[in-house]
Amino acid sequence: MTIADPRAALPRTDSAATRVSDVLWRRPTLLLVLLLTPPVLWLGIIYLGSLFALLLQSFFSIDHFTGLINYEFTLRTYAELFTPTNFDIILRTVTMAACATLASAIIAFPIAYYAARFARGRWRAVFYIGVMMPLWSSYLVKIYAWKLILAKEGILTWALEKLHLLWLLEAYLSLPVVGGNSLSVSPTGTFIVFVYVWMPFMILPIQAALERVPASMLEASGDLGARPGQTFRHVLLPLALPGVVAGSIFTFSLTLGDYIIPQIIGTSRLFIGQAVYQHQGIAGNIPLAAAFAVVPIVIMGIYLTIARRMGAFDAL
Amino acid sequence: MHSDRAPLSLKLAAGAGLLFLHLPILLIFVYAFTTEEKSFAWPPPGLTLKWFAVTWNRPDVWEALQLSVKVAAISTVIAMILGTLCAAAVSRTRFFGRETISLLVILPIALPGVVTGIALRSAFSLAEIPFSTWTIVLGHATFCVVIVYNNAVARFRRTSGSLIEASMDLGANMFQTLRYVILPNIGTALVVGGMLAFALSFDEVIVTTFTAGQQATLPIWMLEELVRPRERPVTNVVAMVVVLVTLLPILGAYYLTRGTDTVAGQGK
Repeated sequence: MTIADPRAALPRTDSAATRVSDVLWRRPTLLLVLLLTPPVLWLGIIYLGSLFALLLQSFFSIDHFTGLINYEFTLRTYAELFTPTNFDIILRTVTMAACATLASAIIAFPIAYYAARFARGRWRAVFYIGVMMPLWSSYLVKIYAWKLILAKEGILTWALEKLHLLWLLEAYLSLPVVGGNSLSVSPTGTFIVFVYVWMPFMILPIQAALERVPASMLEASGDLGARPGQTFRHVLLPLALPGVVAGSIFTFSLTLGDYIIPQIIGTSRLFIGQAVYQHQGIAGNIPLAAAFAVVPIVIMGIYLTIARRMGAFDAL
Repeated sequence: MHSDRAPLSLKLAAGAGLLFLHLPILLIFVYAFTTEEKSFAWPPPGLTLKWFAVTWNRPDVWEALQLSVKVAAISTVIAMILGTLCAAAVSRTRFFGRETISLLVILPIALPGVVTGIALRSAFSLAEIPFSTWTIVLGHATFCVVIVYNNAVARFRRTSGSLIEASMDLGANMFQTLRYVILPNIGTALVVGGMLAFALSFDEVIVTTFTAGQQATLPIWMLEELVRPRERPVTNVVAMVVVLVTLLPILGAYYLTRGTDTVAGQGK
């Protein structure tokens, strides 16, 4: 670095820059204000401003005859959320978010555990890149890949046919609720893609939590006579739980707000994100769209409060 | 000792999990070469390079790519400036409302994208701002700030404050200190933050659908093709190229920060 060499010490000049910096040094608050003004203005005006405007609009209502927005304070739009159709959408989305979160945790746990405890040297890097690449790979491409897999003429049907298990798929698809004409238009398809797309978000927080568990603790548990299953349930899982909760913040929030996955792979039944999109777009019902958008905010607010109590933020 | 070796079941579960993550993406690479035009038939009846040439000559793909790169570049620059300023303020001093600032930065990425999207959309229509490249940039820069911020904060935390004081004691003014001491120290963190922000913006589609109007970034183009397929082989080729393009900044970010305690790219 330049300053290490005394002859290279910068000459003291009384330029404008020096005078400005002297003022800033004597008044750190001024410096702080100068540093913070641009980002706070940007985020405060553009982001919080828009959010506030959205919130405000959710208290207006739409005149169903004229299609115009009625700028008067009302809770009617929120009441509309509780009509059977709309409440169904909320319930469906929350159920899907919960299922996807649970499945992600189950698949992510072994990967995170192996990476945290057993992977050394080159394997560590392989695991790291192996999680990072799918995490950052294009979201749409991932959905597209699943469209290729789940399509009727796609690879999954082909593989099952070769294994003579096609009857199994057909039997599954004929089930109510989870089935459909083909996997790519069934709730199961939506579920698989949600799990696939958000699962990498679950691995890293769990891995971070598991890395903090000392190996000696697990050995002690074994020495005291616990079977591996018992060690897992009574020692490892409670210690990893903050990590799981931290990961579930991502998977839950992302599933709540997504409207592209169910649109491309799934049935015609709506999710919250799709409802927001359709009400603001085709229907032009901005107040109802805004009210729908408030739902994930409220749910995530509650979720984050609980997560904070469980110490999940330390695992982030 | 038994605990130094992973049980076979764990190995299998971890391996299967990683395969589940990677196989679908690899599948895209095969489909880019298929001769089949109309359906997603597997296995591919034949392999061809023809679709690369077809894609190369498609002006709509080029336009979308151009817009995506432009938006990502501008958003990255804005996010780098705002994120660094914010990180410098938060890590240097304790002040009232510091937690609120961190929350404010994280919020755009913590709330579902559809919320950010519709909030911006309705704000644009209230303020009667017509859709343009800049409306897309407004959205992208807002959620990219947090990426740069996270990387810069982690680096500032490891940079000793006495280094800055030493520089000032040796007679450097604040701008010289910034140029010769602070920037060399946080340089790689900024580059990494910038690369990740670029990758995030390049791939973003949920907020963009609300702020783009009639314009098509590359992800919007892909979305159109997914909803109303026109020429599937071209989509396959674009999908493959997008995967390759997004991977470069990620590998670069990993390469630059490996061996440090906070490897970049953990949060998206």
